[in-house]
Amino acid sequence: MAALAGEAGFRGQSNLRTWLTGILKHKIIDAIRKTTRETAVGTFDEDPDIGAFGYKFKQNDHWQERPTAWSDPDSALEQKQFLAALEKCLKGLPARTAQAFLMREHLGLETDEICKELSVTATHCWVLLYRARMALRQCLEQSWFGATGAKGG
Amino acid sequence: MKMLSCKEATRLVSQGLDRELAFGERIALRVHLVLCAGCRNVDRQLSFLRRAIRRLPASVDEPSR
Repeated sequence: MAALAGEAGFRGQSNLRTWLTGILKHKIIDAIRKTTRETAVGTFDEDPDIGAFGYKFKQNDHWQERPTAWSDPDSALEQKQFLAALEKCLKGLPARTAQAFLMREHLGLETDEICKELSVTATHCWVLLYRARMALRQCLEQSWFGATGAKGG
Repeated sequence: MKMLSCKEATRLVSQGLDRELAFGERIALRVHLVLCAGCRNVDRQLSFLRRAIRRLPASVDEPSR
């Protein structure tokens, strides 16, 4: 039984590993090709993919719904289910946003390296990273912290 | 000094994780964070996110044994 459970755990880990490698390496080539095309069109500011986790500001750029504190995030880090929730949120990001974010936070690359890799400007890079972080924040709030912590306006 | 909007403030919070903010940006952000609990929460949560990502298993770059 222990071996079975161990194997299941290992399989979960290696799936994530495969996915991370895939998104960071193999898909990157496609993304770069795609990026070159997309950038030419210049529709960067209208990224419909991010809508699923869209964070909301009012027209005056202040919060529509003010973010509340998360309860005990540090203990979440010790939980396997939390990492699974995080993984799920990551997979919900548009590919290029996820790539930029994982290159920065998982591989620890500097912004200029990421820009070069994705052939985008530094400003564009910061926007991608901002979107990734805000989308993940929103996703974790809904899928994890909203369920465990007190929710309020 | 112009007050930052929450959108601008969260952008600076995020960029502060990627580059060194200019002196003026740091001051403006600090003033905003003192006054805005929502953005203070986001500030903490984005730093937490960085720590959380580091808990994910390393990618296959490591030699497999």
